[in-house]
Amino acid sequence: MGRFIVRRLLQGVVLLVLVTAIVFVLGRMTGSPVDLMLPEDATAEDRERLIRTLNLDGPVHTQFLTFVGNALHGDFGTSIRMRQPTLDVFMSRLPNTLAIIPWALLFAMSVGIPLGVVAAINRGRFLDRASGTVAVLGIATPSFWLGIVLIFIFAVELRWLPSGRMGGPEHYILPVITLGTFLTAGFMRLTRSSMLDVMESEYVKLARIKGLSETVVIWKHCLRNALIPVLTLWGVFVGNLITGAIVTETVFAWPGVGRLTYEAVIYRDFPLLQAVIILKAVLILSVNLVVDILYAYVDPRIRYS
Amino acid sequence: MRRVPWLPIITIAIMLIMAVFAPLISPHDPIEQTLRDKLLPPVWMDGGEAKYLLGTDAFGRDILSRLIHGARVSLMVAGLALVAGGGVGLSIGILAGYMGGWVENVLMRLVDAAFTFPAILFALLLAVTLGQGLGTLVIAISLLLWASFARVIRGEVLTLKQRDFVSLAKVRGCSTVRIMAAHILPNVMNTFMVLVTLNIGVVIIAEASLSFLGAGIPPPTPTWGLMVSEGRASIADAWWVAVIPGLAITFLVLSVNLLGDWLRDQLDPRLRQL
Repeated sequence: MGRFIVRRLLQGVVLLVLVTAIVFVLGRMTGSPVDLMLPEDATAEDRERLIRTLNLDGPVHTQFLTFVGNALHGDFGTSIRMRQPTLDVFMSRLPNTLAIIPWALLFAMSVGIPLGVVAAINRGRFLDRASGTVAVLGIATPSFWLGIVLIFIFAVELRWLPSGRMGGPEHYILPVITLGTFLTAGFMRLTRSSMLDVMESEYVKLARIKGLSETVVIWKHCLRNALIPVLTLWGVFVGNLITGAIVTETVFAWPGVGRLTYEAVIYRDFPLLQAVIILKAVLILSVNLVVDILYAYVDPRIRYS
Repeated sequence: MRRVPWLPIITIAIMLIMAVFAPLISPHDPIEQTLRDKLLPPVWMDGGEAKYLLGTDAFGRDILSRLIHGARVSLMVAGLALVAGGGVGLSIGILAGYMGGWVENVLMRLVDAAFTFPAILFALLLAVTLGQGLGTLVIAISLLLWASFARVIRGEVLTLKQRDFVSLAKVRGCSTVRIMAAHILPNVMNTFMVLVTLNIGVVIIAEASLSFLGAGIPPPTPTWGLMVSEGRASIADAWWVAVIPGLAITFLVLSVNLLGDWLRDQLDPRLRQL
């Protein structure tokens, strides 16, 4: 188990260095990084200071080491627009994103998993095709547009819910549905194919022979085992959640890290964008590591493969 | 045998015709602003004018004309990105699958890495550092594609490699490059074509999302994603500005996905799991 964790940890570190290197190279490809990282009204003094902190007079490889060294000390540069350390900005927005993510996951699972089970039980019949159609529609609908349509229906026409910004529980409903829908089809398809596999297995046949009711067989014996592969995909879902959060938070003016990414892009705030990307990479890799370890703990076969 | 999906085929054909003949069939200039005609509703609603069948946006531009020209941009970007990203994925898949050893190890680690890290972040980074434009957008979207192509193609190659005709070519003294190009490549083309159709939808959504986030083709060139983004500001007074281009995206993606599913069943039913 120890070796497994160490190996995964090393893989994560390599990936993180790769992401950092790409960010670093892209930041230096367009000529002077000084122009990219300072506001237009920066003084000669500011430029001097930036050149010193980033070691821009040195050769490229020492520049990269300085860049990584600064990052390890929590110095990701200063946001051009907000004039604050980018790490502080990111950390102040992160809780707002973490406030909707669990609800979106809950929504996606409580819609996607039952739909997947129903589709699997009725394989090839009407309910299977109907839930398949729902999944295909969910994939075909761009989530930014779905968010706008929901705002139009529930905020503009019916006036039931607020159109955006953070606030009481009613502010959560539309963003959670938008972000959740983005993930629902994935949960549904996975649950369906995983259920179909499990329903063929010996112990399910045994459960039937024992005369257990169909409800117990399906929802207890099958679903429990079918969910294992679904849960391993949490790692992939983190990536999807981060992508989905950018769009959803932009549509609903939700002050999280997704919206922050969008702001960094439209205001061309390069220091902020590079910090956001590296910090999100750290986040994704940590979640993946935790999921891997949990999974290896649950299913010992993984440790030795 | 499943029925031929005529409805999706017709939808795609209409969009293709729109894209190819955009300047000939669009009733107005897609960029020209007529401010006194701004935010007119579609023709079937009160206050709609026959001049503007689908209404106008906040700058008085004809939505139908922008939609027609937008189809052009979406399909062009989709085509280029599929060729670029798919091509890279195809080459990497063949290389990794056939060479094996450390080449395969390194390449497949890269593929795993690409799956963990959301490509959209790199796409946004590219837009900020290289500037917005067609080239940047195509590179950005290719980043989204190559890994999934490489993974599937490699799996295919691993089984092909065991077949007799490959051993025979080896015995006859074919070079490694020749085996990959002349013997392996033609045999994975079916799978490649299925992957291309299954990914058209992914690419169109990605293009629209990047345009929506201000990292696509810069305005005033009409793209569907940009149209939705611009329509967001006037959603309270004029829903059609944002809703109509979004419907176009949904219909197109739905159609190509249905067509892709059908094509997969025809050409390569083993890919069902995708």
